[in-house]
Amino acid sequence: MKKKLFSLLLTALLTMAVLGGCGSDGTGESSGNNSSKGTSAVEPAGEPVYGGSVVVGIQQDIDSLDPHKALAAGTKEILFNIFEGLVKPDKNGDLMKAVASDYTVSEDGLVYTFTLREGVKFHNGSAVTAEDVKYSLERASGLLDGTPLISSLKVLTSVDIIDEKTVQVTVGSANTELIYSFVAAIIPAGSGEDESGTPIGTGPFSFVSYTPQEGIVVKKNSDYWQQGLPYLDEVNFKIITSTDTALLELQGGSIDIYPYLTDSQANELKSSFQILSAPSAVVQALYLNNADPLLSDVRIRQAICYALDKDEVNDFLAGGNATIISTAMLPTLQTYYVDLNDTYGTGANIEKAKELMADAGYPDGFDLEITVPSNYEYHVQTAEVVVEQLKKAGINAVINPVEWNTWLEDCYNGRKYQSTISGLTSDATPGYMMNRFQTDSKKNFINFTNAEYDQVYDQAAAAMDPEEKAGYYKQLQQILCDEAGSAFIQVPAITIAVNPKLGGYTFYPVYVQDMSTVYFVE
Amino acid sequence: MKKLDGGKWNKYLTVGLIMTGLALALGILGFFWTPYSTTAMSAAEKFAAPSLRHLFGTDNFGRDIFSRVMQGLSTTIVIGCLVVAFSASAGILLGALTGYFGGLVDEIVMRITDAVNGFPSILLALVLISILGNGRQNVILALGIVFIPSYVRIVRSEFIRLRDADYICRARLMGVSRMRILFIHILPNIFSVFWVSVMIGFNNAILAESGMSYLGIGVQPPDASLGKMLSDAQGYLQNAPWYALAPGLTIVWVVLGFSLFSEGIRRLEG
Repeated sequence: MKKKLFSLLLTALLTMAVLGGCGSDGTGESSGNNSSKGTSAVEPAGEPVYGGSVVVGIQQDIDSLDPHKALAAGTKEILFNIFEGLVKPDKNGDLMKAVASDYTVSEDGLVYTFTLREGVKFHNGSAVTAEDVKYSLERASGLLDGTPLISSLKVLTSVDIIDEKTVQVTVGSANTELIYSFVAAIIPAGSGEDESGTPIGTGPFSFVSYTPQEGIVVKKNSDYWQQGLPYLDEVNFKIITSTDTALLELQGGSIDIYPYLTDSQANELKSSFQILSAPSAVVQALYLNNADPLLSDVRIRQAICYALDKDEVNDFLAGGNATIISTAMLPTLQTYYVDLNDTYGTGANIEKAKELMADAGYPDGFDLEITVPSNYEYHVQTAEVVVEQLKKAGINAVINPVEWNTWLEDCYNGRKYQSTISGLTSDATPGYMMNRFQTDSKKNFINFTNAEYDQVYDQAAAAMDPEEKAGYYKQLQQILCDEAGSAFIQVPAITIAVNPKLGGYTFYPVYVQDMSTVYFVE
Repeated sequence: MKKLDGGKWNKYLTVGLIMTGLALALGILGFFWTPYSTTAMSAAEKFAAPSLRHLFGTDNFGRDIFSRVMQGLSTTIVIGCLVVAFSASAGILLGALTGYFGGLVDEIVMRITDAVNGFPSILLALVLISILGNGRQNVILALGIVFIPSYVRIVRSEFIRLRDADYICRARLMGVSRMRILFIHILPNIFSVFWVSVMIGFNNAILAESGMSYLGIGVQPPDASLGKMLSDAQGYLQNAPWYALAPGLTIVWVVLGFSLFSEGIRRLEG
């Protein structure tokens, strides 16, 4: 009888263990934050050595290995190691010359002349020629077959080979930021169709293999043009969709670098890992579909902005380390960013929200559906907090968790949603985020429509003087904020765990994992 | 409620009754009232350790875990009951018809149940959820379908055992209608066996629901569910162990209580 009781108890406990052991959907995001900001408990010491292999945990599967077709930020951060453009971003957010050793821009901003660097080789061994550059740019800009793969390059009108080492690009309209678009990958001429299977670029690492749902393996490109780089022989990007699993794998030593820790995880790892923290390039917001019958009323959108308590979200989710925003610009782009947090305040203003709602004909509140990509635990939890905040203003919000692919399809591409909490990843150009909110922009998934905005955007794009340009961008942010295009919340911090035996991990203001500078220390 | 079993005190029944009763009472109470709102957040009180103010402490949003456990318990019990009700009634119907009449339909139904049984139940429920979509009703439906075969088998074998019993033969000779034989003459006589499987089924349903909520399907935030709480708590095991212990031990408590209770009942009758 006792035995039976014992076995029952054991069964129950075992069931619990099984329940606790299977994977969870819980996933953090590029956002954590951490109390040990900027410091790390374990510093690497010693000289860099060559060789070795490293496993990097990543959160999403690859959407395409073709560098011109890849859309997801999670893919681009990896492809950064395989491909390079004529220029590439550096760790300060500026551009450095890559495949091109030099370039000049004509005074009217319409002609770009690139001089190719000597000795740059593709992973297949052949040298990069002007032909390859022409092909790559034409393919990306749509000059080749009419479909621009990279929309910012569609202003290109012609790509001409001047001589073996010189390529001249002509554009239809001047834009001082266009140079940032030349980070578009250079691939061998005619290889477009094969890139998605066997990607060949000029980056510090060459492609070895890709297994869906598992990861991607790259190996050292020993012909890399930057002397002395990379240090590592092999890097394995391993897909781990759950941060909880990632934590276990970090503790078990099966991954060396993991860039998406949450606050509490960072605290648990502090004693055994280097913990690095920096502002991310993600603009997290309660994105509102402006085409929705309810949300097309600006007063309703403003009411939602007033009802949000951004301080509380920051406190709950980021331990107070995030940067609160009221527009879509990254505060790290200091020249262009304008702090508009006073417009709606960083705390909740329920009275003002209710006033606006009554004005719009909803004195008793309304229903709101918030779609959230469920693989991002960070966004789901933000949604939980936001639902609670909106409730205080009488807004009855419900969370609709969907899978990442569904989110991309229905919300982002299909624009079939009412509101969504998610993060948009910005690059280092101020125009990147601002471009999203033009009426006819392909990326304008919130359906923001404002004639003045479109007009100012065109002026900003055309402006040659940096100061004038900054002025226009500030104006754009003002419009976006006043019109409450969406309820912008914060730019989360990013927290990274790095194996203490590794050195050289470099932060970029853009979303990339540069493995070429990472090395083992003796 | 002490019951004697062959002159001996039935410990299983007593302990089981106390545990189940407590869980049920808490769950039913949680349906109508909780000490705190289950979604009210408080930055000042996040990760408060268990105290008199917050019996089970608070979670990462400063929500009262005891209140959330109560709500989770009531959700779990309601889902468990509905799943059992659905699958048991379908099981009785299918089992009775196939068991009593046999034949081709019996063969077909039994092969289907074999096929369903061939899959791990959670896996099959996951497949159904991915077809039906998320949400509470769909979880009930999915689990209900998955658990039908176990009842069909038990009911069928009992009906086969009883269909040729003397009293049934006589009833048939007297011209009693088939429906009456099925549900008035045979059904009440299989209840002792059936009851145990209902209890086990209830336990399985609770575990399956927790498992599915743990995986992020099933009950959706901000509503509380024991499984979801368990998965949320995972990241805070070292900082706030009570967050994981509260829902975890509650599941153990309910399942153990029910197992003891059904064992007690079985001994009472056996």
